Amino acid sequence: MFEYCVNPDTLSGLSWLSCYLTTGKHLSFYASFGTVLILLAITAPIALGFGFGGAAMARSHLFPIRWLGKVYISIVRGVPDIAFFMFFVIALDQGLEFIRHHALCPDWTDPIRQGNDFLVCSAAKLPLNTSPQWVHEMYGFSLAVVTFAIVFGAFAANVLYGAMNSVPKAQIETASAYGMTKRQTFWRIIVPQMWLFALPGLSNLWMVLIKATPLLFLLGVEDIVYWARELGGTKHERFTDYPHGDWRMWYFLALLVFYLGFTKVSEVVLNHWMKRLSRGQATAEGEALRRAAS
Amino acid sequence: MKRLIGTALALSLSSGIAFADTVRLGTEGAYAPWNFLDDSGEVAGFERELGDELCKRAALDCQWVTNDWDSIIPNLVSGNYDSIIAGMSITADREKVIDFTQNYTPPDPSAYLALTDNVDLSDAVVAAQATTIQAAFVAQQGWTVVEFATPEETVAAVRNGEADAVLADKSFLDPFVGQDGLVMLPKMEQIGGGVGMGFRKSDGEMRAKFNDAIQSMKDDGSLNKLIAKWEVATQF
Repeated sequence: MFEYCVNPDTLSGLSWLSCYLTTGKHLSFYASFGTVLILLAITAPIALGFGFGGAAMARSHLFPIRWLGKVYISIVRGVPDIAFFMFFVIALDQGLEFIRHHALCPDWTDPIRQGNDFLVCSAAKLPLNTSPQWVHEMYGFSLAVVTFAIVFGAFAANVLYGAMNSVPKAQIETASAYGMTKRQTFWRIIVPQMWLFALPGLSNLWMVLIKATPLLFLLGVEDIVYWARELGGTKHERFTDYPHGDWRMWYFLALLVFYLGFTKVSEVVLNHWMKRLSRGQATAEGEALRRAAS
Repeated sequence: MKRLIGTALALSLSSGIAFADTVRLGTEGAYAPWNFLDDSGEVAGFERELGDELCKRAALDCQWVTNDWDSIIPNLVSGNYDSIIAGMSITADREKVIDFTQNYTPPDPSAYLALTDNVDLSDAVVAAQATTIQAAFVAQQGWTVVEFATPEETVAAVRNGEADAVLADKSFLDPFVGQDGLVMLPKMEQIGGGVGMGFRKSDGEMRAKFNDAIQSMKDDGSLNKLIAKWEVATQF
């Protein structure tokens, strides 16, 4: 990176450190923080969407829709994350390739399953073998977003389902007394007020999601924990210009600071939202706000 | 520095010719000197140079992919990459699931690293990387084995006293000798049938191409030179 980094063995102290911390590998490490933050920023709203859909379905008056929503919530909540990441993702990937295979290579005669092997024609591969590595990483990243959204969506659905039911009955009765339809009651009375009851549960989920990102490496996306382990491992002078011993502790310490800081920021933001939502509500916190104001 | 130039040279050679097929080579990237990530984050080491040379000889365009050791075979079988080139020993158990090329290093001793040289192995806790021939070997002897996901952790376990010794390829352990008082035990184990590249069982054609390329490197002595350069094993 810097010009004086050509001969690291002659450097010491801060100048050595400045060179060491700007190797290509370290830049990938810093970039992976961005990957994790982007993943969270994309996944959280999608998961919330899944959760909202699931909760609305589970409350439906039509039996098949209600049943579908409940099955989604209970199955996904019951399966361990890691099993979901191993099996569901491979199944999703293979399912997509299977469909593309039938669409793109109708003349193919060999069976797709040969013993342990899963074999589709090279035009059906996702992504294509010839695509550059970043396409493969983007693909893995998208699979991760979908999988996280489905998993956390199920938990969010359960939280929102409970929250929808927590909106005081009197509110709903009043709505129907005013002649609102079921749909109007849902969108105008239940949805605006349920967030207050959902927020504590959702904030828990958000905290768990922040710390679930190392599962990314199962999909071939290199996240911060992977790089911390790789960079901290013993480096022998034969294989690097910057030899050092087992420094994993320092790298994991850096991760600790990152995670704690991120959690703190999240907490501040969530508390702020909680205050906003409590305004004018007939809850203990809403009452406290009212008293403080008067 | 020599290594960087070598890698750059291999890269420029392999990209200079237009190839029809792209082959994705899967490796672990955490097992120096076999395969590891260099300072710029690129795959480097003995297998990087070997793989690039083999691809050149087989007229294939190759791309490097890193994958966890634990899931390296499942990801090959489900088609995420086309070959494993990760210091993987040829064993009968693995051959039930994937096919290997001929070996590109001869069967080589595995060695023990410990803090003192009077360790009674039958009474000791031995560390090994999970799903390796060494882990299977220790378990077979009826000794106590603790398995770790990465090779780095196996050595760290000996350093901090969690295990009494670590069993791994001698070439991997060599650089650690002398660090923090680590010593190599005189006892060696002869396990495994040498290291080869792994392919899906349905990919016989590609395997044959690499097999021929390995043979040609054996014949003209360039494989021995590469082995000597990286000190990964004995020569053929």
